Amino acid sequence: MRRAGDGLTRVLWAVGIAVFCFIYAPLLVVILYSVHDSRIIAWPLKLFTFDWYRLLLHDRGMLDAVVQSLKLAMLAVIISLAVGIPGAFLLDRHDFPGKVLYQRFVLLPLILPGIITGVSLLSFFTAIGLSLSSGFPIVPGWPVVLGHGTALISVVVTQVFARLQRLDRFQEEASADLYATPWRTFWRVTLPSIRTAVLGAGLLVFTLSLDEIAVTFFLIGRRNTIPLEIWGRLRLGITPEVNAISTIIFLVSVIVIVIWARLMRDAEGATP
Amino acid sequence: MLVGQSNARCALPGERAIARGSRWDRLRARRWFRTTAAGVLPVGWVVVFLLVPYALLLVQSLWRLTDTQEIVRWPLTLANYQRLFGTALYPQTILFSAGIALRVTLFSLVLAFPLAYLLAFKVRRHKNLMYMAVIIPLWVSYLVRAYAWKIILGQEGILNGMLASLGLISAPLEFLLYSKWAVIIALTHIYTPFALMPIYAVLEAIPPNLKEASHDLYAGRLRTFLHVVLPLSLPGVLAGCTFAFVLSMGDFIAPQLLGGNDSALMVSNVVVSLFGVAFNWPLGAAVSVVMLTLVLLLLTVANRLERHFDYRGDPGRPTKTDPLGAIVTESRR
Repeated sequence: MRRAGDGLTRVLWAVGIAVFCFIYAPLLVVILYSVHDSRIIAWPLKLFTFDWYRLLLHDRGMLDAVVQSLKLAMLAVIISLAVGIPGAFLLDRHDFPGKVLYQRFVLLPLILPGIITGVSLLSFFTAIGLSLSSGFPIVPGWPVVLGHGTALISVVVTQVFARLQRLDRFQEEASADLYATPWRTFWRVTLPSIRTAVLGAGLLVFTLSLDEIAVTFFLIGRRNTIPLEIWGRLRLGITPEVNAISTIIFLVSVIVIVIWARLMRDAEGATP
Repeated sequence: MLVGQSNARCALPGERAIARGSRWDRLRARRWFRTTAAGVLPVGWVVVFLLVPYALLLVQSLWRLTDTQEIVRWPLTLANYQRLFGTALYPQTILFSAGIALRVTLFSLVLAFPLAYLLAFKVRRHKNLMYMAVIIPLWVSYLVRAYAWKIILGQEGILNGMLASLGLISAPLEFLLYSKWAVIIALTHIYTPFALMPIYAVLEAIPPNLKEASHDLYAGRLRTFLHVVLPLSLPGVLAGCTFAFVLSMGDFIAPQLLGGNDSALMVSNVVVSLFGVAFNWPLGAAVSVVMLTLVLLLLTVANRLERHFDYRGDPGRPTKTDPLGAIVTESRR
C-alpha cells in the first residue's frame, strides 16, 4: 500500500463500503423489524420484543412449512450427492462421446433462470402422470423432490470435480501397487481425500434448497415450503412473523455457509 | 495427469493397427465397459430429468390449445410462435424485460467493480472473510432480500418515514414501490454479488508484478488501470454481466412483489401467468423457448468473447460460466 492515504484510494474505500452497506442494509432491515414492537411495520422502528418469535412456535402453517422444507432439503442433498458424485468421477476419469455436452447440460440449471427449469419439469411430470402431491405425506411430493435434487446436481458436480482435478493420483496408484482392490482404493484413498468436498457440496445444496423458490413454485404439491409460505403471506402484507422466520432462516443459512467455507479452506490448506 | 493421458483413446491410425491385436481389444472393451458402468446413473439421470424435460418444453411449444381449452398434440404447429411474434404484446414484454435486465446489469457492474477492486487490491487483512461476507447473501435469503425492499420503499416504509422526519417531504412518495424502478433496485441488490464474484476472481488473478511493471514504466494509476487492469478484467466483467442479465431477466418473484402493474410486462411473469392463470401451456412453453433461446445465445456469445479476451489464450481453460466452480478454483490463488 504505497499511497494508502491519498484521495483516490479513500474514494474507493468509501464507494466499496457504501456498496457493502447496500448489500447488507435490506437484510439488517428485516432482522431489525423482526424485533419491532408493533404489528404495523412502519417507520420509526420500535425496539424491542421477541413476541414474533414466540408466535412462530404456535404457527401451525409455518411449522409445517419448516418440516416440509427440511425434508425437501435433505432429500435434495441425498439425490444430488448420489448422482453428482458419480457425475464428477465420470467427468474426471472417463472419456466418452458427448462429454462436453454432458458437462454443459449438468450445469444448465445453475445458469438458466429457475423459471425455465421449473416449467420444463412441470411439463415433464405432468406428461408422465406423476402427481405433484404424490408421495405426500412421507415426502413433500416426488416432483418437487426430484426437481430440487436434479437442479442441484450441478453444485455437487462442480464442487467434487474441482477437488478430483487437484487430487494426487499417485496415491491411488500406490494403493493399487500395494495390491488393494479398486474398491478398497476407493474407500480408503479416494473417498477420504474428497470427503470435505462432498460434505461441503451437501451443505451448499442444503442451503440452496432451503432458499429455492423458482423451481419449487411450479412443482410444489399440497404443502408449502418456507419460502413459498412466506411468499403466500406477503400477498396479504408483511407480518412481523414473516420477518422473524426470515431472520431465523438467514442466520441458519449463514452458519451452514460459514461451515462450508471453513471446510473448503481447511481442505485447500492440506492440498496446495 | 499421467494417468489421465494414458487413458486417452487410441485415435491415431498407426495405433489403431496395433490395437487390432486381441489384448488391446480386450483392454478397450474393458475400458468401454467401465465408462458405461460409471456413466449409467449420472448420464441417465441427467437425460431423464433435464434433457427430456427441456426437449419436452420445445415439443410442447408446437402443440396447440383449442378454444375449448383442449390440447392438440398432432400435427405439430408453429401457431404459438406465429401468435407470439404476430402481436406486439410478446415482443414488447421481451424487450421490456431485456431493458430492465440491462439496467440491472449496468448498475450491478457499477456497484460490483469498485468493491471487487477494493477486495482484490486494497484489503490486506481478513481478505477471504470480507469476500465471503460479500457473496454469502448470494446463497441465502433470496426472498428476504426481495421483500425487504417493500419495507424500505413502501408508503409507510423506512425511506418515506426518514424523509418525512427530516422534513423533506410532507406526504409519502407513492411512486417508490410498485414501479419498475423498485424492481430494478431490488434486482440490482440481489445480483450484485453475482456480478462481483467473477470480477473479483479475475482481478485477484492479475499478477501484482504487472501493475508494478506498469508503474515502473512511469504509467500513472489511471493509465495502469486502463491499459493493464481493465483489459485483464474483461473476461470476469463479461461473465458477471452475463449472469446478472440472464438471471434478472428470468426473475419473476421480485417483479411480482415490487413491480405492481409494471410486473405484468416482464416476460417471466407472462410465462407464470400462461402456465398458471391462463392455463395455456403450449403458448407458455413457446414463450419459455424464446427466452431459453435468447439466454443460450447470450451465454454462447459471452463464452466466445470471454475466451477472446482471456490473455492466457488457453482454449481448454474453463470459463467462468459456472459460478460455483469459479469460487473453488479461482478465488484462492
